[in-house]
Amino acid sequence: MAREVISTGNELAAQAAIDAGCRFFGGYPITPSSEVAHAMSVLLPRVGGKFIQMEDEIGGIAVALGASMSGVKSMTNTSGPGMSLKAEQIGLGFMTETPLVITNVMRGGPSTGLPTRVQQGDVMMSRYPTHGDYKSITFCPGSLEECYTEVVRAFNVSEELMTIVIVLLDETLGHMHGKAILPDLEEVQKSIVNRAKPDPSIPKEEFKPFDVPEDKPAIIPPMFQGYRFHLTGLHHGPTGFPTEDAEICQRLIERLHRKIEVRRKDLLESNEEYLLDDAEWLIIAYGSVSRAAREAINRLRERGIKIGMFRPITLWPSPQEKLEELAQRFPAERILMPELNMGQYIDEVERIMKKRPVALNKANGRPISPAEIIAKLEEMGIQ
Amino acid sequence: MAFNYNEYLRTDKMPTLWCWGCGDGIILKAVIRAIDKLGWNMDDVCVVSGIGCSGRFSSYLNCNTVHTTHGRTVAYATGIKLANPDKHVIVVAGDGDGLAIGGNHTIHGCRRNIDLNFILINNFIYGLTNSQVSPTTPKGMWAVTTQYGNIDPTFDACELAKGAGATFIARETVTDPKKLEKMFIKGFEHRGFSFFDVFSNCHVNLGRKNKMGEAIENQQWIDSITMPKSKYDKLPEEEKINYFPTGILHHVDDQMEYCDAYDLVIEAAQNKKRVDVPIQIKPF
Repeated sequence: MAREVISTGNELAAQAAIDAGCRFFGGYPITPSSEVAHAMSVLLPRVGGKFIQMEDEIGGIAVALGASMSGVKSMTNTSGPGMSLKAEQIGLGFMTETPLVITNVMRGGPSTGLPTRVQQGDVMMSRYPTHGDYKSITFCPGSLEECYTEVVRAFNVSEELMTIVIVLLDETLGHMHGKAILPDLEEVQKSIVNRAKPDPSIPKEEFKPFDVPEDKPAIIPPMFQGYRFHLTGLHHGPTGFPTEDAEICQRLIERLHRKIEVRRKDLLESNEEYLLDDAEWLIIAYGSVSRAAREAINRLRERGIKIGMFRPITLWPSPQEKLEELAQRFPAERILMPELNMGQYIDEVERIMKKRPVALNKANGRPISPAEIIAKLEEMGIQ
Repeated sequence: MAFNYNEYLRTDKMPTLWCWGCGDGIILKAVIRAIDKLGWNMDDVCVVSGIGCSGRFSSYLNCNTVHTTHGRTVAYATGIKLANPDKHVIVVAGDGDGLAIGGNHTIHGCRRNIDLNFILINNFIYGLTNSQVSPTTPKGMWAVTTQYGNIDPTFDACELAKGAGATFIARETVTDPKKLEKMFIKGFEHRGFSFFDVFSNCHVNLGRKNKMGEAIENQQWIDSITMPKSKYDKLPEEEKINYFPTGILHHVDDQMEYCDAYDLVIEAAQNKKRVDVPIQIKPF
């Protein structure tokens, strides 16, 4: 049975983690994300899990990655400055193929910025959250419900693809307090994905965690079960031990790309299309901004204007085919892209659509209002 | 009969990456003998290392091993231990790893008194990356980043560990492998944060430019700056500046181990009450 709750985005993210099987949380307090940690500190020990507040942001992700390497589903949580500090450890997670969910509740930046106010400034950072070359996965909820469902999905995807998944909340969503209808708990639990286990017919001493096909994630068993594998951030071969062999190094990096690329369509892509069928005008928006866009569309529809929204929920990898299709339907001057930054995702949209939508940008910590979106559209020619 | 190290080693990874005469191999062997004496099953052991020559330590031991990032060993190991409180976790870090870039995690590992066995391989220099100054490089010495002489004061890691709350603190050197082994046995048995400050020689990247000779001469230098605690304690105060005491420097069993303490949190959460821990203003 669906569950009706009154909660906040941050607390729903924590509840989702517990329901998805997360049993370890490491983190460090940072506004506006701390409520995720508060909730986890209460919820985890109740189910026998472990919560630890570490000495810094780096320790927060490292401790969670350590627990996950040993086989326990783990999470960390932060906001922009914390993402900057976690960067190097994210790379180790990608390289050792350790599942982890990071919720980044975006605030005003750069630097200390506007700690209690909203921004979508970390969109590009989520695409390349650490040095080196790799593919990353980012989900961006647009409602209280999705703060729950996208965190569940993030855990499932991170276990399936053996990688870190970032869930980009923002201050507006994280602190939004209201009613949410959550999916039935049993349904959620039935959907849970756990990381693949080694083929039991292979003797433990012969098992090679990274000896997988060129587009598949590594198979990393839990520690202390006799597999005695080695994890390293160095380039490594099938056994997990360091190598500088040119062919093996190239194959490793290609596989880290491919294991995500091949699942882009069937597993990762997630979008919402709102009143697009007859639309003559298009808004592309994501995250909390999509809420203002939806309200603007509703008001304009009352005026008889045919306008709709395309909302990517999976930001990275980006919705290539969908955007190409929309590029056929809408001329650039009829597409509006409101973002709470000076134009980050619009560059990706332009790369795919081969045309640049009209931008509405704001980075002063205040949300974009429906009235501002309507005013911009009127400037663009909507009557 | 000679001790057979092979069942504890990944023999296919031999020879090690370490230079001839490096003390790290002596530490590796002492760790193996300690594990053997304690009868630990290698399936129950996890070794976590960081970056530097000591970073390769983990890959040579035939157990669960993780080679992590620079300085973050204690944080990764804390996650592994807290998620698996009945397993044995050994952390290996260099002086740069554990005291410079990772100093914060070292402090807070000690403070939590989590049951980690933290081996600081202290060779007074950044060896792997060619002689940059480390927090333990003696004042006045040459390093590639202190070519006019090091002006940075040196560091007593054991004093730091004590101040931070570690409950087992010991120092030995690679010149006495037997004592090293005994120290590891005692510390590995201790439930709580065990801090081992092991002085090792880097004749290649500390010794050469400081005109300290080869491996043996460098180890003799280590002997010349250390003495057993019993002897050290009797020295006149003004002479103590020239020596580091060795042996077990601090050992208490009256502080609760962190994983055990967290079990109280779980019990409290499941019974909807607060943990029954008295408010304690000072650590010890």
